[in-house]
Amino acid sequence: MAEIELRDIEKSYGETAIVKGVSLSIRDGEFLTLVGPSGCGKSTLLRIIAGLEAQNSGEVLVAGRCVDDKRPKERDVAMVFQSYALYPHLSVFDNLALPLRTRRLSFAQRLPLVGRALPGRGDVEKAIRAEIEQAASMLDIAHLLRRKPGQLSGGQRQRVALGRAMVRHPAVFLMDEPLSNLDAKLRVQMRAEIIALHRRLGVTFVYVTHDQAEAMTMSDRVAVMMDGELLQVDRPERLYRDPEDLRVAEMIGSPKINVVSRAHWVSLGASLPAGIHRNTAHLAFRPEAVGIVASGDGRLNGVVASVENLGSDIFLNVTLADGQGTVVVRTHPDASRSEAGRSVGLQIDPACLLQFDGAGMRQREVERVEAAA
Amino acid sequence: MTALDCNRPREAAAKARLATRSGEHGLAWLAVSPALLLLVGLLFGPVAAVVLFSLTDWQLGSFTFHFIGIANFRALFADPTFWKALTNTLVYVAIVVPGTVLLGLVVALLIETSPGLRGFYRAAHFLPVMSTMSAMAIVWGTMLHPTIGLVNRALGVMGISGVNWLRDERTALLALALIGIWQGFGFAMVLFVSGLKAVPQQLYDAAAVDGADGVLDRLRFVTLPMLGPVTMFVVILTAKRSFEVFDSVRVLTQGGPNYASEVLLHRLYTESFDFLHMGYGAALTVVYLAVIVLLTLTQARLLERRVHYS
Repeated sequence: MAEIELRDIEKSYGETAIVKGVSLSIRDGEFLTLVGPSGCGKSTLLRIIAGLEAQNSGEVLVAGRCVDDKRPKERDVAMVFQSYALYPHLSVFDNLALPLRTRRLSFAQRLPLVGRALPGRGDVEKAIRAEIEQAASMLDIAHLLRRKPGQLSGGQRQRVALGRAMVRHPAVFLMDEPLSNLDAKLRVQMRAEIIALHRRLGVTFVYVTHDQAEAMTMSDRVAVMMDGELLQVDRPERLYRDPEDLRVAEMIGSPKINVVSRAHWVSLGASLPAGIHRNTAHLAFRPEAVGIVASGDGRLNGVVASVENLGSDIFLNVTLADGQGTVVVRTHPDASRSEAGRSVGLQIDPACLLQFDGAGMRQREVERVEAAA
Repeated sequence: MTALDCNRPREAAAKARLATRSGEHGLAWLAVSPALLLLVGLLFGPVAAVVLFSLTDWQLGSFTFHFIGIANFRALFADPTFWKALTNTLVYVAIVVPGTVLLGLVVALLIETSPGLRGFYRAAHFLPVMSTMSAMAIVWGTMLHPTIGLVNRALGVMGISGVNWLRDERTALLALALIGIWQGFGFAMVLFVSGLKAVPQQLYDAAAVDGADGVLDRLRFVTLPMLGPVTMFVVILTAKRSFEVFDSVRVLTQGGPNYASEVLLHRLYTESFDFLHMGYGAALTVVYLAVIVLLTLTQARLLERRVHYS
């Protein structure tokens, strides 16, 4: 019912272009995450969807209708902000009631004292109360309704902000880094709650974050943005395994993907793997695609510089033989040769090797001529 | 025996700790002493002196005085001029405080929403605050002159016959109050402007998405509540300043006509320095101080509850 269509959206502040011709279709009921480093234009794009900013050119369609001349409240969207943006002088109940009251009560009925006496207000208020109590119990904040936002913890405030977005049953939820003010533990918990909320409400979610882990764990599809452009829009697992752009490969995944330039590879005296394209300038591989073998046996050789033990995995930072650049390797906790200072060989699974050209674009075809070299 | 021995070092340690603590105490007193001396010398001392004088019949210039108990206060409360001055002061405050706060707020909102020339408007509206009141009062005196004054001339052009603003019992206090607003609202405006800058944009965004996007709704749900602490500060400050009204009264009306614009501080000055009744003047001062302290406390109590949210 509420798919979102962005057509060639451009936005600039003065000379600085923030969003450069972004086109994107978001399906009805989809959880789409916009991810990118700070300043890449993802928040601006979200604010354009909400109607809080006007684009310089391009169109925004919600449910097939152009909403460019509609004010935020007429777009049937709700937004959750990074700082929660709760009204500090209103109780939690009144915070939740505000979007309902502004819609269902006339201006006169909303006046502080006079409004109460006007006919019709009582019934509307009763309905609003019932809806808020239902939403509050769903979010487990029913016991907080009388408090002011200042008396709540960060997690509780975030729930109230979600509740305020939820009560009026919008067709689209827009979330601007809603979890980044929370501590790590709470963030993981709230992630799960937002996923559950999305499943229960079944409406379209557009979620902005700079945290690739949030993007990977929560979304149906992820749109990676950088410097005002969309680099790739895909399912999380495809972004991880099959990135179209070196920048996408570097942004998704933690620890970061290993990138060794072709020149560096050759200068190390290592033979290139089979099937390397003529235009390939960078070879990239994930930490789990590398196997540790005895020094001298691998395609690349180096020295273990440091060891990060995460319990389930161990990450080795291996300095390459010429002392330039490191490669991160994931090994099992019980694997041998995992102490610092040890010389090791690195064996790279050729199936997991990603090739990119000088501009960072993915090279897919394999040229047999080069393969022989 | 051993237990006793064991205790000995502990006692010593406790003693040493006590010594350091008293040392710290001494240091603390030393650190606050400059502020304390100033406070006593400039504030508590003079207040105590005034309270003392209020119990005497001292006249300025004389070398002797007698303690006469609360006779000064008795005379004061029996004096209709005092009551007139007190009422006038309260009326003056009741006009100037809302006038200043409202005008300051409106101008601040207008300046902040206007696209250009903000710096100019801010400076222009702040000028009266920087000017010397007694000098400006003379200018106002000319403007309010019944025949050649700008105000009455302007009214005359519109076909309204003006009054003799400062010599008419009905308008003298009002005219002074308007001058007071003119002088003070720039300060309120500057404070409101800085308060407006601190309102987070995300709240306005949230209000827009929630449907509170009209001018009045934005004011009611975001701007005014977020300006609460600033407003409290402005109200208390303006109230205090308007209680102190003196220079304009002294220059323009001397409390006349027929005490129509007599105010507390002017009364105090006249009694003490024109009539040289220092004891009586001191009694007036004590009453004045009591009113100010009471007012500030009540305002802070009442407003504090409504403007601080966390």
